[in-house]
Amino acid sequence: MPKVKVAKKDLWIDMTPMCDMAFLLLDFFIMTSSFTAQEPVQVSTPSSVSEIKIPETNIMTVLIDKDGKVFFGIDGQDNRKDLLRKMGELNGIEFTDKELKTFSVLNLTGVPMNLMKPFLDLPKEQRDNPANNPGIPSDDSTNNEFKQWVSAARAINMKAKIAIKSDRSTPYKVIKNIMGTMQNLQENRYNLITSLEMSPDK
Amino acid sequence: MAEINTSGGDHGKKGKHKPKAKKVTVRVDMTPMVDLGFLLINFFMLTTSIIKPQTMEISVPSKEKSDNPPPIKNSLAITIIPGKDNTVYYYFGAPQNGKDPDIIKTDYSKNGLRKMLLDRNANVIAKVAELKKKNEAKQMNDSIYKKEAMRARADMNAPMVIIKATNSSTYSNLVDVLDEMQICNIGRYAIVDITAYDLKLVKDKGEALDAAETEQVNKL
Repeated sequence: MPKVKVAKKDLWIDMTPMCDMAFLLLDFFIMTSSFTAQEPVQVSTPSSVSEIKIPETNIMTVLIDKDGKVFFGIDGQDNRKDLLRKMGELNGIEFTDKELKTFSVLNLTGVPMNLMKPFLDLPKEQRDNPANNPGIPSDDSTNNEFKQWVSAARAINMKAKIAIKSDRSTPYKVIKNIMGTMQNLQENRYNLITSLEMSPDK
Repeated sequence: MAEINTSGGDHGKKGKHKPKAKKVTVRVDMTPMVDLGFLLINFFMLTTSIIKPQTMEISVPSKEKSDNPPPIKNSLAITIIPGKDNTVYYYFGAPQNGKDPDIIKTDYSKNGLRKMLLDRNANVIAKVAELKKKNEAKQMNDSIYKKEAMRARADMNAPMVIIKATNSSTYSNLVDVLDEMQICNIGRYAIVDITAYDLKLVKDKGEALDAAETEQVNKL
């Protein structure tokens, strides 16, 4: 009996178009995306029906966690350097170039000025430790550093909008204090950062 | 990975022997490259946030203004007082002839605060809904619609809401109330510091106050 011989066929799929597509998508994602900036504390924002988007530049962020710790940051690395230099002048501290550089990559700070120098000398991993981020002093006492931060940031960037990001369970007392401080500085417009919720049908 | 195919050409055939350049096809296996591409896509999809956070824009009166607030009609005023544990109190108007206004305790659900505001603001809501209908039917363009809706909301006879949060309420309570303003088309509202008088009203209603607030009430 003649044997049926199966022809040995080499199956070759051309992957080139698939490769093209993969890299096309990759390009798209790289172009459109912005990295999620890391925050020193986790906050879960309340939801609202508002649909206004927050701008990415010209913004100063006030982050308040659920225990009332206050963090402050502005955008732009050069702006941050200027900010720290200014804060140093106000508090009689001089920062080295290295310290300014370290500060310029932090998007939010929650360190009192007297602890700022040792904080900036810490290795990177330890700076994220909550114990090293006690929050900016913002009580209505003689030492209201939060007020200094806001006015210094305003002097650097006149156009910056103020974004307040806070946790759902932050007591209103803290918010009132922060808003009151900013009201004293003639800062009367804020953006409250919220997550999206569907508008109910009436 | 790469393969050079040299089987092309008409070797065994007779005929004129022309020196022909050998046909060489180079095939590169693209599979690993595709793997790499998708790996990177996955990485970028997971690490990035495409959705930008939403914001709610509020403006508060400047310090001088908030010390001397403009007078408003008693009949139009609604005072909302967010309290502890997601409760909320409200009353209409102001004390008259030494008589305290009725203070009502409610919550943030659909049938609580929102129902009251929708009832009170029915005129404006009807007007805005009408404008919206026109806009959707393309009888009105977006910019005119926005302007008109804003005008309708700023109606001088629409209720004016005063938000006075207690210390024990949370940030999410404040956002909830502001959200209700937007849902119920209330154009005129203000966030004001709570007074001792209001604290006393909610205390009589069974609200637990913190130490500083109790002191404020006791001074009254």
